[in-house]
Amino acid sequence: MNGVVGKMFGWFNNRLPVANTFERHLSKHPVPSKVNFWYLFGALAAVVLIIQIISGIWLIMPYSNTEEQAFSSIEYIMRDVDYGWVIRYIHTTGASMFFAVVYLHMFRGLLYGSYQKPKELVWVFGCAIYLAMMAEGFLGYVLPYGQMSYWGAQVIISLFGAIPYIGESLEIWVRGDYYISGITVSRFFALHVVALPLVLIALVFLHLIALHEVGAGNPEGVDIEKYLDEDGVPLDSVPFFPYKVLNALVGIGVFMTVFAIIMFFFPEGGGYFIEMANFEEANPLVTPEHIAPVWYYSPYYAMLRAVPDKLGGLIIMGSAVAILFVVPWLDNSKAASIRYKGVYSKVALALFGISFLTLGYLGTVGVTEVRKTMSIICTFIYFAFFILMPIYTKFEKTKKVPERL
Amino acid sequence: MQEKDNTRRKVLIGLTSAVGLSGLPFVATPFIAAWNPSARAKAAGASVTIDVSKMQYGQQIQVAWRKQPVFVIRQTKESLAGLKKTLPKLSDPNSEAIDEPYRGLNLTRSKSSEYSVIAGVCTHLGCSPKYHPEVEPKPWDASWSGGFFCPCHGSMFDMVGRVFKGVPAPTNLPVPPHFFNGSILTIGEDGGVA
Repeated sequence: MNGVVGKMFGWFNNRLPVANTFERHLSKHPVPSKVNFWYLFGALAAVVLIIQIISGIWLIMPYSNTEEQAFSSIEYIMRDVDYGWVIRYIHTTGASMFFAVVYLHMFRGLLYGSYQKPKELVWVFGCAIYLAMMAEGFLGYVLPYGQMSYWGAQVIISLFGAIPYIGESLEIWVRGDYYISGITVSRFFALHVVALPLVLIALVFLHLIALHEVGAGNPEGVDIEKYLDEDGVPLDSVPFFPYKVLNALVGIGVFMTVFAIIMFFFPEGGGYFIEMANFEEANPLVTPEHIAPVWYYSPYYAMLRAVPDKLGGLIIMGSAVAILFVVPWLDNSKAASIRYKGVYSKVALALFGISFLTLGYLGTVGVTEVRKTMSIICTFIYFAFFILMPIYTKFEKTKKVPERL
Repeated sequence: MQEKDNTRRKVLIGLTSAVGLSGLPFVATPFIAAWNPSARAKAAGASVTIDVSKMQYGQQIQVAWRKQPVFVIRQTKESLAGLKKTLPKLSDPNSEAIDEPYRGLNLTRSKSSEYSVIAGVCTHLGCSPKYHPEVEPKPWDASWSGGFFCPCHGSMFDMVGRVFKGVPAPTNLPVPPHFFNGSILTIGEDGGVA
């Protein structure tokens, strides 16, 4: 580069590591040369995060975080603000899509052992992101102050009450009132738009920095760092830019099409993305006949209902999320990818997937005796998958992982 | 020499950190306390009064106290007598697991021998149980003899809000502080002596 532009770039580069960062994390960052579509969901999650931040900022402007105004300000956005409905539906669809791609991204991790040494921290930061997302989604769902906002929050905050001794005062402290009032809504608003997004962005940053330190995985579970060229670049790698970026753009194109179809034609997602009861303003004196969470929490809700004890239900629900964090230390397998793992791992993962989906369904429908029994069975399978992992991954026969990709 | 220097340094670092950390609770106090109910929220949570003399026997009304439903039921002689029948189904007939304010005073659990005053919030996850005073078989209990049923997760309570065995709700529905002045019921205050 020369001339004025070159000089200016040089001036910046001497004061800020522009070229160095671009090379390290984009133009020269090596990624495995052979991956499949499962490896797209991380990039898609980043895209949705940006969509949520931008649409969220635009929603804050007309939204009012008071008990009297919250519900009507949502209706005002939907009816009176030019294109307000588009911005709101981008945000609500984005929430569901965020969870959809993150669930697929996490399943990819289990499928190809993306948590195995040395990627433990990448996985742990990822689990923390998932946890922060669940909190973020819950807080956001309360803000419209509809019937489901109110009673969903009532149920979730009541869970604190299950903690011995301090539970009841903790409930009041979290609400800041004796019921879910405007005070609760406005503090949830502060957490939803400032505190948790900051946490999320920090965690995403750590997730990516840790990933770039240890390198991305591949569906074969091959360690590409073993064979390097004379510059120390893995032989089975391509630079992230432009190869992976262009690759991801195709995936992003498909994803955005699906996103737009949902947003324009099925924004309520048949009551799974926005529940019908939430089109009614919150009424603290009338409980809706059927309380169900939005689809992305329903597996855990089914577990909560499967336990006929308040504290026990809370513990099971919490453990179901907590156990994800320790997966890197539960897997004793020599192979990372399911392709080279033994038959036990394959059966276990399949059963786990089926039981998680079944729990997801059971959490959205009313309780009957049969469904309760099914919830209990599926909860057992969910936990057995993790708790027995050290055993079945140790004693099964794995296939030999190839040297090269 | 080097070692001696380090020991001295470590002590100083330790002391400085301890003094610095001792400020932490002071700094944290306003941030934690600001989440408590404000003076305005507390004032809005003050007591409510209602005239209960117009209630029919067997009727249940909902009074909002702190925006939460409180059930007031004018019990019939039959329903009070029927309490004995459901006793074996209850998990805590004497309300020992909760802070029962007027224990042993009346069958109604309240300060009145006729009216029950019960917080209408399920002790499981906070839904509002529905009043089903009829003595007849119900989908959730074939030998139902009147009480409250929570539609959310199927918890059952008897006519005075005591929880059944084997349901998700852990404790009886609490009795809020209240007193009667003739037929004027005040909820949210004890009125002095119990």
